[in-house]
Amino acid sequence: MVHILLFASLAQQAGTQKVSISVDKSATVEEIRTMLQTQVGKLAGIEGALVALNEEYVELSDQVKDGDTVAFIPPVSGG
Amino acid sequence: MKLFNISTEPIDNQNVIDQVIHHNAGAVSVFIGTVREMTGDKQTKLLEYEAYVPMAEKQLEKIGQEIEEKWPSAKTAITHRIGTLQISDVAVTIAVSTPHRHEAFEACRYAIERIKEIVPIWKKEHYTDGEEWIGNQKGTQSYPSGRPERVEK
Repeated sequence: MVHILLFASLAQQAGTQKVSISVDKSATVEEIRTMLQTQVGKLAGIEGALVALNEEYVELSDQVKDGDTVAFIPPVSGG
Repeated sequence: MKLFNISTEPIDNQNVIDQVIHHNAGAVSVFIGTVREMTGDKQTKLLEYEAYVPMAEKQLEKIGQEIEEKWPSAKTAITHRIGTLQISDVAVTIAVSTPHRHEAFEACRYAIERIKEIVPIWKKEHYTDGEEWIGNQKGTQSYPSGRPERVEK
């Protein structure tokens, strides 16, 4: 299972903060993003979100494997 | 208390300051971010902050490291509050100590600007006439090139 975390407007649209997706082999972050939306529906603004893999920022082409946590980080607004 | 902290409790500013005071510090600069009522003609009733807590604390720590690289004798402590905040509540407190005042001002400014770029914290505005999640306050609403400037892998 790949554990997906959603925040702010993305969590609001999905109706949940956590989604699990099973992957047969490894997938890219971009593929995970597509699979996520197949499962929960289209998430407006997710293309503009940064992605963190196990709490570190990564690129869309990075590989995700079983057990990883992928977080979609919409534009931040702390401070 | 942690130097880099995401807290659901009200922030005690003095606690944050005390963590950076030491015998070779000659200046402590403090930034306190508070909840503003009016933004243009929009009136805020309250704010809701959400964070990806473990990653947010790591990113705050990274800001502390960046400050140490730029101003080698600087010591930084940052606490950001999450949850529901009322008008004038303290949302973030940053304290930076350095041997001399000039660096303390610069480093403190650097810290708040970096928080707004790389730390996974989001604010939901509850206005008198509706609510919305606020995007990047540094300008753009999205990151067309995949990541904002100066976010490293």
